[in-house]
Amino acid sequence: MIKEGQLVKVKVLKNILDANEAIASKNKGLFNKYKIFSINLMSAPGAGKTSLILETIRKLKDKVRMAVIEGDVASQLDANKIKEEGVAVVQINTGGGCSLDANMISQALDNLPLPQIDLLLIENVGNLVCPAQFTLGEHKRVVISSLPEGDDKPVKYPIIFTDADAVVINKIDLLPYLDFNLNMVQRGVEGLNPKAKIFQISSKTGTGIEEWCSWILAEMKGKS
Amino acid sequence: MHELAITQSLLDIALEQAKAAKAKKVNKINLVIGELSGVVADCVQFYFDFLKKGSIVEKASLAFELVPTQLKCRQCLITFSPKDFLWTCPDCHSQQVELIAGREFYMDSLEVE
Repeated sequence: MIKEGQLVKVKVLKNILDANEAIASKNKGLFNKYKIFSINLMSAPGAGKTSLILETIRKLKDKVRMAVIEGDVASQLDANKIKEEGVAVVQINTGGGCSLDANMISQALDNLPLPQIDLLLIENVGNLVCPAQFTLGEHKRVVISSLPEGDDKPVKYPIIFTDADAVVINKIDLLPYLDFNLNMVQRGVEGLNPKAKIFQISSKTGTGIEEWCSWILAEMKGKS
Repeated sequence: MHELAITQSLLDIALEQAKAAKAKKVNKINLVIGELSGVVADCVQFYFDFLKKGSIVEKASLAFELVPTQLKCRQCLITFSPKDFLWTCPDCHSQQVELIAGREFYMDSLEVE
């Protein structure tokens, strides 16, 4: 009991983001219970997250049962594109929030048929900063960096690349038209994160989609 | 933009810990915040001043201990704090670096009475 007027220092040593971490662990528990493999896709706006998800759906939907969580500040545009592919989707609008967090995913999971999902793709809000800070309970974190953004993204936004399990260098079909040094981005990622798997992909031409989908299937098998 | 939710978590932790210590009043909350934590101290302060009203932390101040980014060069193994936010080893100029500090964001202690 603290006496009247007595000053006491209470040691706390508590991570402020514990609340998010706790919900993320619950999400992961649900994923594991229903044998759902989950991937958090992060990138700048316009890097091609939705297009890559659509291509992945077209390639894999006959092999695995898929669902998608779409995160955007506003609109249902992305969710509508996913729906057209006949895949279960929940759109989260963060209304200004710069990233998805574990609690938003937890609520989205209430609206998905969990027992009927093998692979869940989560499209984060387009941003290379804030999504790095929040774990969602996902199994894999993937960063997409597209050619028009420039080859300096790992140098400018190192944190998000440091945590990634895989990095997709996207819109690779534009290589002949841009001053993009592929070696620089690869070296940048490898320097920060030698374990990250690097893919070169074009959703438009289909380059690298096969390899990307094979990686997902292999990782799904590795988990189960 | 995510500082409001973070500040709410911070306040929840402070209230819970103060209650556990049977404190009547919190004077100071000592936070440790890494340069790369992605949390803007000024924003946290702003939301804190707004959220703390009407609670036992109402009179509390926030103290931020900043932790600089620390990197380790994978080539020559030296540890350094990057200058001008450039993640390149100052000795061998390698970009093969491992992040070892700077992402912390935790509550170190409360000063209560």
